[in-house]
Amino acid sequence: MGSPNAAAPLSASPWRTTAPGVWLAGALVLAFLMLFLVLPVGRVFISAFQDADGGLTLSHMATFFSQSLMRESFLNSLYVALMSALMAALIAVPLAYFTVRFAFRGALLIQTLGVLPLIMPPFVGAVALQLIFGRSGSINLLLQDTWGVSLPIMEGLSGVIFVEAIHYFPFILMNLTVALRNIDGAMEEAALNLGCKGWRLFWRVVFPLAMPGFVAGVSLVFVKVFDDLGTPLVMGQTNLLAPQAYLRITQVGLEDPMGYVISVIMIVFSILAMALSARVLRGRDYATLQKGGAGLRQRQLSTWAQVGAWVWIVAILLLTLSPHVGVLLLSLARVWSFSPLPDAYTLAHYATVFEDSGGMITNTLLYCGLAAGLDVLLGVTMAYLILRTRLPARQWLDAISTASLAVPGIVLAIGYLRQFKGVTLPGTDVLLTSTWVAIMLAYAIRRLPYALRSCVAALQQVHVSLEEAAQSLGATRVRTIRRVVIPLMAGGMLAGFMTSFITAAVELSATLLLVSAESQAPMSYGIYLYMQSVAGRGPGAALGVLAVLVVALGTYASHRLAVRSAGPMTPESRP
Amino acid sequence: MKQVRVECQGIALSYGATPVLRDVHLDIAPGEFFALLGPSGSGKSTLLRLLAGFQRQQQGRVLIDGQDIGHLEPWQRQVGMVFQSYALWPHLSVWDNVAFGLVERRVKGPALDRRVGAALELVGLSGLAERRPGQLSGGQQQRVALARTVVTEPQVLLLDEPLSNLDKTLRVQMREELLALQRRLGMTTIFVTHDQEEAMGTADRMAVLDHGVVQQVGSPQALYDAPANAFVAQFVGTMNQLPAQRLPQPSGTLRVAVDGLGEFTLAEPPTQPSGTGPLMLGLRPHALRLQGSDPAVGEGDDCAWGTAQVHSREFLGAMVRYQLQLGPHRLQADALHLAGQALLPPGQTVRVGVPLAQLRVLQG
Repeated sequence: MGSPNAAAPLSASPWRTTAPGVWLAGALVLAFLMLFLVLPVGRVFISAFQDADGGLTLSHMATFFSQSLMRESFLNSLYVALMSALMAALIAVPLAYFTVRFAFRGALLIQTLGVLPLIMPPFVGAVALQLIFGRSGSINLLLQDTWGVSLPIMEGLSGVIFVEAIHYFPFILMNLTVALRNIDGAMEEAALNLGCKGWRLFWRVVFPLAMPGFVAGVSLVFVKVFDDLGTPLVMGQTNLLAPQAYLRITQVGLEDPMGYVISVIMIVFSILAMALSARVLRGRDYATLQKGGAGLRQRQLSTWAQVGAWVWIVAILLLTLSPHVGVLLLSLARVWSFSPLPDAYTLAHYATVFEDSGGMITNTLLYCGLAAGLDVLLGVTMAYLILRTRLPARQWLDAISTASLAVPGIVLAIGYLRQFKGVTLPGTDVLLTSTWVAIMLAYAIRRLPYALRSCVAALQQVHVSLEEAAQSLGATRVRTIRRVVIPLMAGGMLAGFMTSFITAAVELSATLLLVSAESQAPMSYGIYLYMQSVAGRGPGAALGVLAVLVVALGTYASHRLAVRSAGPMTPESRP
Repeated sequence: MKQVRVECQGIALSYGATPVLRDVHLDIAPGEFFALLGPSGSGKSTLLRLLAGFQRQQQGRVLIDGQDIGHLEPWQRQVGMVFQSYALWPHLSVWDNVAFGLVERRVKGPALDRRVGAALELVGLSGLAERRPGQLSGGQQQRVALARTVVTEPQVLLLDEPLSNLDKTLRVQMREELLALQRRLGMTTIFVTHDQEEAMGTADRMAVLDHGVVQQVGSPQALYDAPANAFVAQFVGTMNQLPAQRLPQPSGTLRVAVDGLGEFTLAEPPTQPSGTGPLMLGLRPHALRLQGSDPAVGEGDDCAWGTAQVHSREFLGAMVRYQLQLGPHRLQADALHLAGQALLPPGQTVRVGVPLAQLRVLQG
C-alpha cells in the first residue's frame, strides 16, 4: 500500500485544480446574485418576522391572519389561481390531444395561434376583454338586444379567472403537446395489442405518460396567476394578495409590515407549487420516443368529427384572439362605448402615442436590451462554470438563479426599495432606487432563469471533444471559449437574449413599484397609466398594439434562432 | 393450449407508389417457431405489424386457425406482440405492466395475482415485481415484455427483433431461453430478425424476404444447402459466385464451362430443359479444397481443379480465410486450421478443387 499522498494526482481536490480565472468569474456571478436577488428577498423575509426592536416575531403573521381583508385576499388569490389553472387546462387539454392525435389541418393552426395569447400582457388583454365580454361589452349588448339576457363573465373574480385562463393556457398546451409527441408509438400499440382501447387507452396509458408535461404546465399557470399584479389592478379587483401588497407599500409606506408578510406568503406558495410539481415529476422522465421511432398514431377524423373539431377549435381560437382584436379595434376607435363595434375609426391614437410616449418605447428597448444582455453574459458564464469546470458549489449558482422564478416581480421590487433605501450610485448623490438602473436590474434578475436555460442547453450541445481539439492544437482555455465555444453557442445565446427581452418588455409588477418618474416609464407602465382613464384607453391600446408587435417579432426571431441552433453539435452525430 | 395455423394468402401492401409487401404467401404450422429474415426495409416488420393488426393489407387474407382476421381490430385478435423497444410503460411497475392485459380482460382478485405471479416466475423475475421498468437491465426488460405478452395466453406470439437491443453474450443466452419458453408454451411463434445466425439457430422454418417479396421458405438447412437464388445464398451465409457458360447437353444433366476450371458436368438437373447461355454457380467458401495447405487432399474425379493465386489472408483461429484469384474470378476460401499447420503466404500459387456436388445453380 502506498501512502495516501500517492493517490493525490488522481483525486486532486477541486479547490486546488480550479484556475484563478474560474474562481473570479464564479465570485462575480455570486456577488451579483447575492446583491440583487438573495439580499433583497432575504430582507423581505426578515422584515416580515422582525419587530420594531429587531427581534424575531410572529406577530405580523398573526396580524395578517386576524384581518378579514387579508384572509379574504389570501383565499381569493388561491381560488383565482386554482380556478384559472383548471379553466386553462379545460381549454388546453382537448387542443393538445387534437393536434397530436388526429391528422387534420387544424393542428398547425392550433400550434401557431395557440401561442398568441402569450405575446400580449394580460392586463392589456383585460381591457379589451372588458369591451367585448364586459357588462356593456359587445357580446352582452348583442345578447341583450336579441334575447334580453347577459353573461356576467367579466364580473368580479370570475373576470380575473377568465382573463388569466385565456392568457396562460398556452403554457399547458405547449408542455402537454411536447409530452404527447414524445410518447413512443409502441407504448400505445402494446396496449392495443393487450386489449386496451378508446378511453381506457387514454386514461391508462396516454395521459399518465403525458402527465409530467401537464403538471409542469398547470403549476406554471398557478404560479403566474398567483403572482400577477397587473390584471387584477386593471380590472379593479384589489382583494387579492398581489394588489394588497402593492397598495400597502404605495399607500401606507415601506415601513408597513403587511406588505412583507404578503410577499413572504406569495413566495412560499410559489415555491410550494413548484416543489409539488417537481415531486410529482421526480424520476418520471417519460420521453420514451426511441431514436428513429414513430410517435402516437395519427388517426383520420370522420367528416362529422371534423366538423365538430373545427367548431370547437374555431370557438376557442376566437376566444383567445378576442383580446388582440379588441385592443386593435380600441386603438383605432374614435368612440367605442355601449356599442358592439366602434362608431368611427381614426389613427389619432397612434399619433398621440408617438408624440407623448416616444420616450417609453425607447425606455423599453433600453431597459430590456440591457437586461437581456446582462442575462446572456451571466447565463453563458454560469453555463460554462456549471458544465465545464469543477468549481466547488457551482450548482448553487444555478439553484439561486432558478429560485428567482419563485419571486414575484412585486416582491423583488419591494426588496429593492427596502434593501437599497438611501443607497446612492457610486460617486453621485443619486439614489439607486430613483434611477432606471433598479428597473433594469430587476428585469435582469427576473429573466435570468430563461437565459440561463438557453445557454446551458446550447453548451450541452457543444461536445466537449470540440474544445479538447482546440486545446490540443494550442488554444488556451480563454481562446478556446472565444474561438470555439461562443461561436457554437451563438444561436442559443441569441434565443436566450430574445426570450429575456420579450418577457421583460411586458413586465409590469416590478415596474409599477420601481418607476419613480414618468420619464423613466417603459411601455408596460405607459399602457397601465393610459388605461387608468377612459380617455387614455385609445392611446393605451395603440401602445399595447406596438408592444404586441415588438413581442411578436421578438418571439418569431427567437423561435427561428432556437430552431436553427437546435441541431446537435457533437462530431459523432455528423453523417 | 390449442395450437393454431397462421396463413398469409397473397398479401400486398404499398405506401403510395412504394410497394412494401408483394404477394406474400406463408403457411405457418401450429406450434411452429418461424423466423422472418431479411435486411432492413425488406418488409418483415411490416408483415409482423400486419399480423398484429397495426397495419392493414390492401390485398390478400390473413387466416388464423382457418378464420379470416382481416376485419378484427388489434385488441380483438388473439395475437400477442413483443416490441423491439419492449414498450414497457414507465409509469407502471413491473407487476402492473404484466397485469395490464389481464385487467383489460376483466381478470380480478386472486386469479389476477396468481396468473401475474406465474408469468413473472416463468421469466424468473418474481423478486422484481415492484420495480419500475427504468430500474431494470436490458435483459430483464426483455423478460418483462415477454411475460406481459404471454400472460394473456395469445394464440400466436409475435416477436419483433427481440434480441437486437441486447449485448452479444446476453443475446445468445436470451435466444436459448426464448426457444425453451416457446417449446414449453407451444404457441405458434413468429419472429422477425435481420441476424441470420439468430434465425438459423432457433427457427423450425424461416422465410427470407427482400423488397417485400418472399424469396424462399424452408428449414434453415434447406435454405443454406439449396438457396433458391443469389440473394438467399448471400443472406444465409456467404456464397462464392462463379459465372459459367452453359454448354449444349442432350440428357437431363448440365454441362458448364468456367474460366480457370475448364468444362465439367453437374449432376443437378437444369431447371430449364435445354439451351445455352450464361449461368451463375454458387459455392460455399468452406467447400473449396486447397491442395497447397492440406497435403492429404489429392486430385480426384469429384472435383473440378484449377490453379489460383493467394491474394490475401485473414487468420480467424478456427479457420483461415483466403482470398484467391482463380483466372478472372475472386474466390473466398475458408480452410480449417489445426495447430502447427503452416499458412499459405500471399502470392503463393495453389491448386484449388471445386467439389461438383457442392456447386449450386443460382437463379436471379
